[in-house]
Amino acid sequence: MSSLSMREQFATTASDLLEEDSSVAVVLADISAAMFTRAAGRHPRRVVNVGIREQLLVNVGAGMALTGMRPIMHTFATFLIERAFEQVKLGFTHQGVAGVLVSAGASYDVSRGGRSHQASGDVALLDTLPSWTVHVPGHPTEVNTLLRSAVISEGPVYLRTSTQQNTKARPVDRHGQMTLVRQGSGGTVVAVGPMLDPVLAATEGIDVTVLLRLHRAPVRRSNPGFHTRCAERCPSRALPCRDVSPMRGRRPRTPPPPSPHPRSATGRTAPLRDTRAARIAIRTRTREDPPRSANLP
Amino acid sequence: MPLTSDKRHNYQDLQRLMALQIGDEEHDAASTSTLDVLWVLYSDVLDITPERIGDPTRDRFFLSKGHGPSAYYAVLAARGFIPIDWLAGFGGFDSPLGYHPDRNLIPGAEISSGSLGHGLPLAVGAALGLQAQSNPARVIVLVGDAELDEGSNAEAIEFAGAAGLSALTVVAVDNSSTTWAWRGGLETRFAAASWDTTRVDGRDHAALAHALRRRLAPAAPNIVVAGVDGAS
Repeated sequence: MSSLSMREQFATTASDLLEEDSSVAVVLADISAAMFTRAAGRHPRRVVNVGIREQLLVNVGAGMALTGMRPIMHTFATFLIERAFEQVKLGFTHQGVAGVLVSAGASYDVSRGGRSHQASGDVALLDTLPSWTVHVPGHPTEVNTLLRSAVISEGPVYLRTSTQQNTKARPVDRHGQMTLVRQGSGGTVVAVGPMLDPVLAATEGIDVTVLLRLHRAPVRRSNPGFHTRCAERCPSRALPCRDVSPMRGRRPRTPPPPSPHPRSATGRTAPLRDTRAARIAIRTRTREDPPRSANLP
Repeated sequence: MPLTSDKRHNYQDLQRLMALQIGDEEHDAASTSTLDVLWVLYSDVLDITPERIGDPTRDRFFLSKGHGPSAYYAVLAARGFIPIDWLAGFGGFDSPLGYHPDRNLIPGAEISSGSLGHGLPLAVGAALGLQAQSNPARVIVLVGDAELDEGSNAEAIEFAGAAGLSALTVVAVDNSSTTWAWRGGLETRFAAASWDTTRVDGRDHAALAHALRRRLAPAAPNIVVAGVDGAS
């Protein structure tokens, strides 16, 4: 088990990115601010703590993106996505600019905090918007890889960290494909992020394939033949079976990687004047190294 | 004098440019309240031209009060950012000129607006982004007095004052349209957050130009309240 939490790894990687890339900014709303004290001292104009103001958190990031920066905005998942959802929708997607949203406190991490801190709706909300990539790492090492690829990309990304983590990091597929963890023949279970270890434990001795998914996509329910067969065998026939992949024993197709160009809600590509070209200009003005490629590493 | 896209137009042409969009009889209160402020900004204040909409050193103007945009479109057309012949199609299905501006369809429009209370926080972010890049460009955002009801503005006002974001200017067109009047005047909220404040007649071009000019060595963001008649 890693000694770091995913949230601590996020702060470490983000601080490194602030050093490496002058187009990166981190925007906070008090949560995790103590983890960025050193980075804020070194880069006071690129670490911004707006106080307990989540609407401002997201729109400050969006405003920075309008000037060509690559902002990383962070707070607890409910406040980041649910409380500030109109800012995500209109500040980013509708303007046609992009940034990286990173949350802590996923799902039921803070279940003892009660309903206000339970974050089960964040991904569902983002699913109502086009183009958002969702990363769900299961281990701090995966946080490092996924945050770096998120920052180097051009599109909007939501990275969801949890207090729950797997014992081992897994290789992160650069094209967003699922990873085969165990091969079986009696069915397939897809484990998302930190659910891998519980799934492996639950399927111990059962002949199923286990796949690890670190990226969001809705489970496909488009194979009616499969559901007919499943319903015949399933005791509660009223419920559609949602948790088993229709592709028994085979890796299902996954969606293509997100478009490199931010798109507005109207589907038109945003003019490049404040996006990729400006970001490269920011980096080359302040560093001797050549600008990074926009492709995934 | 005919209205064509191959020459710059002046203030007297704006009524005709608006009439192309919304007809002679319809004087939309929301859009005419901003007309003089917008004209002074684009003719006298903003360091921006149609040729420089991609220049990172240009001044940024954010129209946060996005409803009733025909004055904005008239000014953009008069200054050569958009073709005159787009105006007659205003609000049409295929028109780039919608009932609320879309930055991805209109050359020179820095933000898409429509939901009140977003432009000022976005402007705070833009000012921070420019400051992080040591870019001296200004950010000027136009809001309405009733728009400032939205709580998202309060977040932006308090933070920008505390952060001393001196590249940021708010111009608030005050036509007394709030449901609950701003006791003491809306500028008192800004003054409490350490902004510089001033109030001028929103139809006096000389006063507007003077109030909105680039300040020499500002230490704080500033707000110019442009008062106009409640009926306009």
